[in-house]
Amino acid sequence: MKFVTDIKNTRQEEKQQTTKVYETKDLNLWYGNTHALKNVNFPIYEQEVTAIIGPSGCGKSTFLKTLNRMVELVPSVHTSGTIEYRGENILAPDFMVEDLRTKVGMVFQKPNPFPKSIYDNIAYGPRIHGIKDRKILDEIVETSLRGAAIWNEVKDRLKENAYGMSGGQQQRLCIARALAIEPDVILMDEPTSALDPKSTLKVEELIQELKKDFSIVIVTHNMQQAARISDRTAFMLNGELIEYDYTDDIFQHPKDERTEDYITGRFG
Amino acid sequence: MTTHIQSEKVRNRMKRRVALNKGLSGVFLLATMFGVFVLAVLFYQILTEGMPYINLDFLTGKLSTMPERAGIMGAILGTLWLMAVVIPVTIVLGVGTAIYNELYAKEGKLQNIIQTNISNLSGVPSIVYGILGMTIFASLLKLGSVVLAGGLTMSLLVLPIVIVSSQEALRAVPSYLSEASIGLGATKWQTIKNIILPAALPGILTGAILALSRAIGETAPLVVLGIPALLLPFPGGLFDRFTVLPMQIYYWTLDASLVAEYQFLASATIIVLLAMLFILNGTAIVIRNKFQRRY
Repeated sequence: MKFVTDIKNTRQEEKQQTTKVYETKDLNLWYGNTHALKNVNFPIYEQEVTAIIGPSGCGKSTFLKTLNRMVELVPSVHTSGTIEYRGENILAPDFMVEDLRTKVGMVFQKPNPFPKSIYDNIAYGPRIHGIKDRKILDEIVETSLRGAAIWNEVKDRLKENAYGMSGGQQQRLCIARALAIEPDVILMDEPTSALDPKSTLKVEELIQELKKDFSIVIVTHNMQQAARISDRTAFMLNGELIEYDYTDDIFQHPKDERTEDYITGRFG
Repeated sequence: MTTHIQSEKVRNRMKRRVALNKGLSGVFLLATMFGVFVLAVLFYQILTEGMPYINLDFLTGKLSTMPERAGIMGAILGTLWLMAVVIPVTIVLGVGTAIYNELYAKEGKLQNIIQTNISNLSGVPSIVYGILGMTIFASLLKLGSVVLAGGLTMSLLVLPIVIVSSQEALRAVPSYLSEASIGLGATKWQTIKNIILPAALPGILTGAILALSRAIGETAPLVVLGIPALLLPFPGGLFDRFTVLPMQIYYWTLDASLVAEYQFLASATIIVLLAMLFILNGTAIVIRNKFQRRY
């Protein structure tokens, strides 16, 4: 018993030491009349992997997309509450979203490289932010591809179209593309759901590497994946954040019955 | 268990079904052949009538009432000048309108009305555009029957085609591509310029080809504008009076009862018009294929 409380105590201290990247307070979101997120309070910590799990339609992807305000691409969305990114409310009316999205990269469910060369895919982000110097671009491309553990596979064919790569390679290319804007946070929306097991493993290993330098928020359908790669896990249901804790605690001692039902496979 | 599908009945009907299939494929072939046949006859007639009249003097000469001295350089230049106005105006206005409607405009009643009107405009008879062009460009702006007035009128006529087809091309670009760009911090315009437009370009050019073909052969609006058929000086700028190949064909065909040879001159002019159409379209197709990308 004492051992457990010890661990708990050290964790308490840890918790106070880690900086929050995001602080979400009383976030509500509607798609037209559909109430998709209900009073979500959700801190996200620096240099951790935060996993969000839950059944389809629970609002996990919606929440992820509010973190870089991509959710607004749906015309009928409106929100209330605040999301602070590094102390600044990103839902404020005069907030510049483009600025946020250069600090918060995103990896999508389906690999979505541009119909351009591998090089141009990576250089796209830096270029739109005004970097034209070929030497700097070369350097960013190499660093990003190395960062996404794909440099060795593609270094001899940087000029080839990205559509010639396998699905798993394309997804790592998309991760490299997100790294190229030198972000602070990387959001991943079910990044391995379209990949085979081998490619999935590679991406998971990559996420473990990346968390040393970045804060990562990942939405996943795969509970084993959440258990394998994340530091903290959040369980969402019907637009509400039901439970949010260290991954070990969530999977071993869930406090809420609904969380337990979900992770033991009783529904979802 | 009762069987609903009785093999004997099926077999009896089967013969009829197969026969119907064969018969109908013949009917559809006939429908196709009808059009092809008529076109072939037309081509044959025009080529046999017109080819003997095509020579350097005919192509580079000035107009004349005497058939053996008549040339169509003026009409060729007029058509080219008209295109020089129509192509940039329709592409800038048409693609611009399409980008606004498809990518910037917020959905709503007003947007619906605009959208429906644009689609309907492509069905308005061309002579109505001619009246519009005469009222606005020729009279109100006091341009007269010059290249610019004709070109702007023609642009109005084909704009709906360019807008509608460009919008369809823009809509066909998968949203995951623009999401990727927006997600990297690109503005909407950067995304449009770098991702959406290049991907939509083949579709936009297909629309432009259609529009161009329409503009190059259209006569009615220019008749209303008062474009003359018998014009001796060559057009050299936007504010010169001009005539075009279809007008030339129209008047020569009209006067064929006075001078029999005019009919052959008309045929020869049709050949030139078709050749120009092929060259312009061919160029557009080459450009389109060059930019054709799969995604």
